[in-house]
Amino acid sequence: MSWLILALLVWLGGWALNIWLSRWDRLRAVRIAVPVIFGVTLLVVWEALVRGFGISPVILPAPSVVAQTFAASTDLLWIDFQQTVVKGALRGFTIGAIAAFVAAVLIDRSKFLTRGLLPIGNFVAALPIVGIAPIMVNWFGFDWQSKAAVVVVMVFFPILVNTVQGLNEASAMQRDLMRTYAANYWQTLFRLRLPAAMPFVFNGLKVATTLALIGAIVAEYFGSPTRGMGFRISTGVGSLSIDLVWAEIAVAAIAGTALYGIVAWIEKRVTFWHPSQRR
Amino acid sequence: MRSAAPVLTVLAVIVGIWYLAVAPMNVRVALDQAERAGEAVVPEGSVPRRAVSVWRLMRDNSEFVHLGYALERPRLPTPQQVGQELWKTTGEMVQKGRPFSKRGLIYHGWITLQSTLWGFALGTLVGILGAVAIVYSRTAQLSLMPWAIISQTIPIVALAPMIIVLSSQAGIEERGVPKAIISAYLCFFPVLVGMVKGLRAPQPAQLDLLRTYNATGLQSFLRLRLPASVPYLFTSLKVGIAAALVGTIVGELPTGAISGLGARILIGDQFGAPLAIWSALFAAAVLAGALVTLLDLIQRITLKRMGMAT
Repeated sequence: MSWLILALLVWLGGWALNIWLSRWDRLRAVRIAVPVIFGVTLLVVWEALVRGFGISPVILPAPSVVAQTFAASTDLLWIDFQQTVVKGALRGFTIGAIAAFVAAVLIDRSKFLTRGLLPIGNFVAALPIVGIAPIMVNWFGFDWQSKAAVVVVMVFFPILVNTVQGLNEASAMQRDLMRTYAANYWQTLFRLRLPAAMPFVFNGLKVATTLALIGAIVAEYFGSPTRGMGFRISTGVGSLSIDLVWAEIAVAAIAGTALYGIVAWIEKRVTFWHPSQRR
Repeated sequence: MRSAAPVLTVLAVIVGIWYLAVAPMNVRVALDQAERAGEAVVPEGSVPRRAVSVWRLMRDNSEFVHLGYALERPRLPTPQQVGQELWKTTGEMVQKGRPFSKRGLIYHGWITLQSTLWGFALGTLVGILGAVAIVYSRTAQLSLMPWAIISQTIPIVALAPMIIVLSSQAGIEERGVPKAIISAYLCFFPVLVGMVKGLRAPQPAQLDLLRTYNATGLQSFLRLRLPASVPYLFTSLKVGIAAALVGTIVGELPTGAISGLGARILIGDQFGAPLAIWSALFAAAVLAGALVTLLDLIQRITLKRMGMAT
């Protein structure tokens, strides 16, 4: 009972603190502190509810238990991280992004192709492509190659569609100006149109970071060597080592956030001129 | 309509490439089959053939290449085979008078559609409520928005088996509930972002005008902010329903579900029936296309009646 009261008190206290803090919402420290307090409150309430109701760790382990398991099995988590994120997701992401980028620049040269491919690209981007995972495992084998293949297909179309759209972003006036400078196609492309396309390209890249992790993990459900995050999660659920599964989920969350953060950080450096980056 | 010709051309080229790719993809399986039927294949035996490139195999055994287009378990089926399988599991079932047979894709598509719609409804509701909270409360904006973004960087599929274990332990036997939760998780974010943008769309001058009318907060919400957000809402609903479908299918993949399009893919994988996988994939694509088109239609009609059509 006392745990439940604690949960309620922490919840109310955290919320009140946040309301009080958000009066200074222009301060950078407050902008960071408020979501952190919110997150910590959630964790404490989770812990208190699990203890208060006496929920079995087989169903839902408390955050403290997950943290202990995390600390105790870092070796295992590191192996899985390397297999799924570094080998599967990152390689697939890189190949897919480069392929989509090159394809977009090529497509952009032809009005006909742009008009024909964009609707199809938009359509494919909305499809449940993860479903191709079993086919790719069949084609490329159990190891990371099949995971990377799924990721390539998943990230290709969002990046392609966004890049083609971005390449049309430079206005006719700006292009005319380049022509009066006697700039050729490549000069116009590198000096004007690619920089102008960057906000769109990064939109596609940010969407693709999540897709890459989803693709790499789902593909492992269809067969993988005896390591990898998807493998560990599916076997962990089967053998009721749920705390290890939650530790893997924590790794996935950290990896996903870090990937997104890296892309967003590069975006900030590359598109510093864009209005959306202004404060 | 200007883009009809280019789209059709590109589609035709894709189908053409697909047909061409079938031969090299399937040639090994086709040669194995021919050899088992007693034909002379160069080189003999499937193990030595593994060292030879597919192009060489196709040149040396050109009379057997056509076999690759009619395999029962192809590595890459032809578009025609996929179409036939689709028809066999949908149209033919209807003709036989059993459209909801468990062997047909209509039944499985219906299961998937149900979870998708529940997840879509749930995700949209959460997204809209969250957006209202964010627009009206600074505290909510500061605490919720960063976590909403972080939640999208977590691969939900990692959570999918967990959600199913959790809900079955909590006494929910229905498979649809965990699937709906997963698809709601994927679909709430686009709705949230779109609605925040839409609810903030009215200009300060318009809000001031309502204040001079002495409108209450609720009135200015219902008369100004809500109508102004409708175009944004529909744009994000179209993204959201596609995401919801992806979520449902992912929710069916790793969880041992037995009905639904994702389960068909899983079962096709386990029983080595590639045609079942391909037809389920295409059924999912058709479903996604139909849902987005339907929302697009509703959007046009609604915006026209609201006088916002462009």
